[in-house]
Amino acid sequence: MRKILTRGALTLAFLAGPALAAGGGGFKLLDTHFKFEGPLGTYDYAAVQRGFQVYKEKCAACHSMSLLSYRNLRDIGLSEAAVKAIAADVMVDDIDDKGAKVERPGRPSDRFRSPFANEAAARAANNGASPPDLSLIVKARVDGARYVYSLMQGYDDMAKASAADRAIMDGYAKKATGDAKATFAMATGRNFNTHFPGMQIAMPQPLRDGDVTYVDGTKNDLPQLSKDLVSFLAWASEPKMEERKNTGVKVIIFMLILAGLMYAVKRKVWAGVH
Amino acid sequence: MSSSQGAPAFTNPIVKWIDRRLPIFTFMHHEYGVFPTPRNFNYWWSFGGIAMVMLITMIVTGIVLAMNYTPHVDFAFDSVERIMRDVNYGWLLRYLHVNGASFFFIAVFIHIFRGLYYGSYKNPRELLWILGVVILLLMMATAFMGYVLPWGQMSFWGATVITNLFSALPVIGDPIVTLLWGGFSVDNPTLNRFFSLHYLLPFVIVGVVVLHVTAMHVAGSNNPIGIDPKGPQDTLPFSPYYVTKDGFAVVAFLLVYLAFVFFAPDFFGEPENYVKADRLVTPPHIVPEWYFLPFYAILRAVPDKLGGVLAMFGAILVLFVLPWLDTARVRSARFRPIYKWFFWLLVVDCFVLGYCGANPPEGYFIPLSRVATLYYFAHFLVILPVLGKIERPLPLPNSIAESVLGGARK
Repeated sequence: MRKILTRGALTLAFLAGPALAAGGGGFKLLDTHFKFEGPLGTYDYAAVQRGFQVYKEKCAACHSMSLLSYRNLRDIGLSEAAVKAIAADVMVDDIDDKGAKVERPGRPSDRFRSPFANEAAARAANNGASPPDLSLIVKARVDGARYVYSLMQGYDDMAKASAADRAIMDGYAKKATGDAKATFAMATGRNFNTHFPGMQIAMPQPLRDGDVTYVDGTKNDLPQLSKDLVSFLAWASEPKMEERKNTGVKVIIFMLILAGLMYAVKRKVWAGVH
Repeated sequence: MSSSQGAPAFTNPIVKWIDRRLPIFTFMHHEYGVFPTPRNFNYWWSFGGIAMVMLITMIVTGIVLAMNYTPHVDFAFDSVERIMRDVNYGWLLRYLHVNGASFFFIAVFIHIFRGLYYGSYKNPRELLWILGVVILLLMMATAFMGYVLPWGQMSFWGATVITNLFSALPVIGDPIVTLLWGGFSVDNPTLNRFFSLHYLLPFVIVGVVVLHVTAMHVAGSNNPIGIDPKGPQDTLPFSPYYVTKDGFAVVAFLLVYLAFVFFAPDFFGEPENYVKADRLVTPPHIVPEWYFLPFYAILRAVPDKLGGVLAMFGAILVLFVLPWLDTARVRSARFRPIYKWFFWLLVVDCFVLGYCGANPPEGYFIPLSRVATLYYFAHFLVILPVLGKIERPLPLPNSIAESVLGGARK
């Protein structure tokens, strides 16, 4: 709903429906401002680069980003040599000219290497839950940037939940079981997260204060790490966003002038018959 | 066709040579040059031309997208993302096509409601109207199959829900579903045949549009006061008057469309469709694209599956017989003081249905969607036949020219 309001677009009442219906997170999402938001927003590439570091050090062990290639990292400002070095750091499967299966160092043209060979392996290694691919995660969730940002910071001690929060949690349980007396209870191997739909997430807390050390000395508390990570994931979801907005400004200016000319022509042509 | 002027005198020898053998220039001159068009059109009359522009936009962008798309369950999702990331201006083509579908429906819905308000479906334009309803049906089929192609979660589950509807039909239901699927579930054969048909149907639409426009040129256009032109003082040649007026309307419409393409390209989309199709994970709420929501609400309003399917299709089929359900002699709602109110009630009803369709069928949405569904059918099956008999229309003007220019001048 926020997305719709902030975009200030036409708000036919029923268009708002799907966004609401697809929601279902826990408590209100944490609020913050991302530079890429709004009709003219652009990526903060320093943050995107830091976010890539967070992904590489903390997320990549479980989450694939199969739609990205190492070469794409040049678009966030990394040098050719840096991209080559990052690619060469991983070993990728290939077939040599005799047809034998080999492993070789990665090249910029390779896709990001996935941590698991297939989904079954991913499930087996993660308590039955397959970590989703993160290439499109910001686009694939309602208010995706704020959702991921909140999710990273949504891990909490369930015992500390206030009475009001408890009521919301019990509401989930009632809806899920259809039992009016049901109360919220954690399943085994799940973690309490106030921003995950249903509030029980298989992923243990992935990020904590100070988990990643930035070379540029940017502070590394959890909100900052989360924000940087989201900057990177947002860029990964739509690398062509800036090209889209830049082209859009030119197109809209052109169309406004054209509309003005068309209207003037229409007025002139019709002047004699009114 | 309805113009009585003879062939214009062409001076260019090549044009002359061609026109004597294939009179396309004479045809264009008659049908789009001097074609006598009522002089009192408002901008609601521009939406036919706007819809045409959107149809062409969809076909052109669609053909180029098809050059880069792979209709296979293992590659479809990734090939769409390849278009977004690696194909030159692929993101633009796809956003134009995706939002183009929404704006095509916006244009067509406005066009249809304009016809409803001004009685454009009445004698002698019944066939013209029926052909329009055929176009709407074809558009819905095309849009539905197009939405399946990216093979996201909503593509897959939308396809599963909608194709399953046919299984409600007795005897022929299950064979139809198997035929649609090309197997026993939504799978690769389904995606392949939907891609094939999604490419075919737009050209069928073009064919029916040609018939629709031809029928319009035979009967002549309706107009905001709904009385026939009585002479040359009531009409203007299509060019330059309506070329310039429709031209401005098209540019203004495209301006809004492009604003969405460049600044809110995912506004009409579902985030869930950026998740690759997974037959083991059902999304919490399966919702169709917004332009199907009123029909989806009607489907779910009926507590019986077969009844719901029949009601949903009935909601469109009833439009085919609309020219005979409306018993009023006067066309335009401007002179129908009571119908005018029922028209706006129907508009509100369609929005209410859309709102119900977007929300899960629980709580107050169930009674609300039932009342709205009943009202939708009552409008066509009860209100219109009765209203035509009891309503006293206002006095009609003597001519279009008189109504536009005032009685004193002519």
